[in-house]
Amino acid sequence: MKKAMKSRLMWPVAMLVVLLLCALIFSDGFFDIRIQDGHLFGTPVNILRASAPLVLVAIGMTLVISTGGIDLSVGSVMAVSGAMACLIIGDLSNQNSVGGVAIAVLAAIALSLVLGLWNGFLVAVLGIQPIIATLILMVAGRGLAQLITSGQIINVQSSPYKVIGAGYVLGLPVSVLIAAVVLAITVLLTRRTALGLLLESVGGSPVASRLAGIQARRFTVMVYVVSAACAGIAGLIYSSNVSSADGNNAGNLIELDAILAVVIGGTALTGGRFSLAGTTLGALLIATLDTTAQSVGIPPEATLVFKAVVVVVLCLAQSATFRAMLFRRSTPRPAARAEVPA
Amino acid sequence: MIDVSTTPATNKSGPASRRRTYRPNAQYIPVLATLSLLIVMYTFGAVSYENFTHPSVILNLFTNNAFLLVVAVGMTFVILTGGIDLSVGAVIAMTSTVAATLLQAGWPAGVVIPVVLLIGGVLGLGMGAVIHFFKVEPFIATLAGMFLARGIALLINQNSIPITNEFWTSIAETRIVFEPGVYISGMALVALAVVAVAAVVLAWTKFGRNVYAIGGNADSALLMGLPVGRTRIGVYTLSGFCAALGGLIYSITTTSGYAGHGTGTELDAIAAVVIGGVLLTGGSGYVLGTVLGVLVLGLINTIVNFASLNSWWARMAIGVLLFAFIVLQRLVTRKAK
Repeated sequence: MKKAMKSRLMWPVAMLVVLLLCALIFSDGFFDIRIQDGHLFGTPVNILRASAPLVLVAIGMTLVISTGGIDLSVGSVMAVSGAMACLIIGDLSNQNSVGGVAIAVLAAIALSLVLGLWNGFLVAVLGIQPIIATLILMVAGRGLAQLITSGQIINVQSSPYKVIGAGYVLGLPVSVLIAAVVLAITVLLTRRTALGLLLESVGGSPVASRLAGIQARRFTVMVYVVSAACAGIAGLIYSSNVSSADGNNAGNLIELDAILAVVIGGTALTGGRFSLAGTTLGALLIATLDTTAQSVGIPPEATLVFKAVVVVVLCLAQSATFRAMLFRRSTPRPAARAEVPA
Repeated sequence: MIDVSTTPATNKSGPASRRRTYRPNAQYIPVLATLSLLIVMYTFGAVSYENFTHPSVILNLFTNNAFLLVVAVGMTFVILTGGIDLSVGAVIAMTSTVAATLLQAGWPAGVVIPVVLLIGGVLGLGMGAVIHFFKVEPFIATLAGMFLARGIALLINQNSIPITNEFWTSIAETRIVFEPGVYISGMALVALAVVAVAAVVLAWTKFGRNVYAIGGNADSALLMGLPVGRTRIGVYTLSGFCAALGGLIYSITTTSGYAGHGTGTELDAIAAVVIGGVLLTGGSGYVLGTVLGVLVLGLINTIVNFASLNSWWARMAIGVLLFAFIVLQRLVTRKAK
């Protein structure tokens, strides 16, 4: 079991190492980590910081996918959460008051939870296919975010709020710490309790789980709520980092990157098993991909092609059939013929 | 691919009787539900807004959504086999950019059109091969295809390229005029022709039967000796081809090629297919349902346009209408069963 896990994660790790090696060779000072004003600086730290929202969203997405669902609304929830926080902070008489910012953050997360509950209700109670159920919020959520900000980009000047996305504690970026804490809590709850097993059983077969006495419906609602909460926190990090709320661009297309991260990490889209470590690795890989492409000197217009090539190579490397085909070249041909899939 | 089914395997893939056109009535329920709700929605629009009953409203649905209709038809085949194709929107961007660039370089339209359709088909073929031979999840393989296609479009040109080719501008203006202001565009007719061909292929050919069989249960289909690989690669090729055709239609109606064209079209197409009653797990659904799904999305947009809301209320309204439609459809089909 452990060996299988290792081999599944081996390819993303190998790809990450290759990318970092490329960065090391082609760009000077890529790994220069220096301490400035008691903070860590350097490209690897930037990669971690850039990956924090994606890691968070991907954690929630992993849980949703483990039950056989999918959540397309995460990008919109990010936009709504950022918009909500910035709206409240913008109305504060003193934008630097910690209490006011705390209320704004809590309100934003509470709103995200409500949105998650909505998704869960559509999927678990009304029985709508997840991809369509969350598509509704994906479309309407951006409208909601713009409604909250009245179609404007709200700019805030709040130093406590800025801490969430761009601050440092003990020299480490706060956003990375938040992602790490959420990851740790999720891992503990799913792997140190029976929760993970129950989620996987719901993903394997909701009907069988229900017959076995598992409240499948409750778990389904729960994963969408958790996913929305993660997206909400990611939205706060994003909007805090740029000190503004942008209903159009916040979390744009992040759902696809998150799903990609989850699948690279070895979670099957059909549900029934999941790997949080794999997801984190996948998210880091995607964040590294974007940053490395820039520092290696690939022009911005070619970044997408680069990404496509990396994804294809990685998927092929993870495919057992592809590896078998490469390997088979050294064996006699008749044997190879017999095993060619129909 | 997906053999973990939550419901016991019903007779999805075809009738037991020898008459190929016969199907149990229950199979039509999702399509009929969509149709009746579409009528309800149209009546709602007609009652609420002036001029909504003008015939041009319905004809414009086809004219404005011609590209989506073609793309969604290709998507129907893919989803019927239990797969998904996320690359279609990006293929629209790529084909419109390639077509515009080639036309600008002075290539004749008669060469550009086949070349572009071929590119779309080849990309689909590649994705289908990766999915079938290397057992990569369709979602991920086509996501990579999406990155690739849009990346190529961006690589070619990041700006919108105008198309001044005479052939292009002349077909853009080809239309059948019933009376002044009431017309159907040539592109809509192309889309309807694609629908007709697809419906025939799906209902009365071996390929169509194989598509349903694979969607029902790929392993059984393989054991029955059906050409699973050929069919599966075929549907992705077909979807790539349809997306390229959709891209051509898009470039004709907008007379431009741009790497930003078709953003989000993949989700519109998937939504249209699912609204039309096709199951995402595959094996059940009709092309006619997809047509109705496209009309539902088009009608939602039309109603929102008639209500003349600003952009964010419009988005909310689209979400709310989509929600209302899906919940009603769910209730209708549940009751009927």
